[in-house]
Amino acid sequence: MGPGGFSLVPLESGPPQFGVSAFESRPLFPSRAWLDSGGQETVWTDIWLTNHIAQAVIAAGLVIGFWLFVSRRSQVVPGKRQFVGEYLYELVRNGVARSIIGLEYRRYLPYLLALFSFILINNLFGQFFLFMFPTFSKIGFAWGLAAASWILYNGVGIKRYGLIKYLSKMTLPQGVPKPLLILVAPLEFISNFLVRPLTLGLRLFANLFAGHLVIMVFVVGGSWLLWSTKSSSPDYSPIWNVAGGLSILMSFAVFAIELLVGCLQAYIFTVLTAQYVSSSLSEEH
Amino acid sequence: MNPLEIVGSINLIGYGLATLGPALGVAWIFASVINGTARQPEARGAMLSTAWIGFAVVEALAIIAIALAFVFR
Repeated sequence: MGPGGFSLVPLESGPPQFGVSAFESRPLFPSRAWLDSGGQETVWTDIWLTNHIAQAVIAAGLVIGFWLFVSRRSQVVPGKRQFVGEYLYELVRNGVARSIIGLEYRRYLPYLLALFSFILINNLFGQFFLFMFPTFSKIGFAWGLAAASWILYNGVGIKRYGLIKYLSKMTLPQGVPKPLLILVAPLEFISNFLVRPLTLGLRLFANLFAGHLVIMVFVVGGSWLLWSTKSSSPDYSPIWNVAGGLSILMSFAVFAIELLVGCLQAYIFTVLTAQYVSSSLSEEH
Repeated sequence: MNPLEIVGSINLIGYGLATLGPALGVAWIFASVINGTARQPEARGAMLSTAWIGFAVVEALAIIAIALAFVFR
């Protein structure tokens, strides 16, 4: 197993097939076995405590630590530390929360800011040498965030309008002729309550999963071409090695694109959450 | 063993074709926002917030397609 799971493992038996092991979570601690009083052997593995869970928890710690650090001892004339913090804060506050939600953006700002920084840090872990894995390319993490946003935008809508009025507001658009509502209402329901969280989670997951997979195609394939072609073998040709070197070089460009995609997806997830909150709060619609 | 043998599912080609529609749709949405911003810079915020909803709806097609490309083998 290479660093970051960049290695080829044979899948089951049969014809030679190869897969990549980086997307499989590994338990942090090895299994422990002990004999109880009856002489029975018990094997215990903390299967839930995997390297990817640890990565997400570390990211949460980093987010909390960063915002505590930059907001500590604020002064009227900001220093460098406070300037960086205020700059990033205003990016989310003015660029996302205030321009989308409008007047009452302050109540939703903490969630949006935490969401943005948590997703951003987790996505940057895909390029960070210690982890080399974007947490949200495991779909469960993405579902968690999508569920949190789903509960938030439905919760504020129900709190403001009450369940019945909120449901009718979200499923019965104004200005649609009565007979057409038979067709429109189910579509609106599916779109607003099912497709929204589904795409929110899948968009984040699919972008990071695909990006990480492309990186691995270039890195693993490149190193495979460089090292596993023996010059003694009959079908050897130096072009394999040249292609391998080029593909390793190409992987740097893919890493750069992934950096961009990671930032963009963090921004889009935050913008869409703000958009959904604003749509369940808006009066007309 | 041929080291460059490619094994996989052909429905990913179908997914590739299916992304063409959403790709053109997303491109069109943001091209319109850029156009509109050039014509009337003050309206950028209003246009962008509508564009994000349109973007989410259009890109949902591509996202559902990639999910289905993995489901139906």
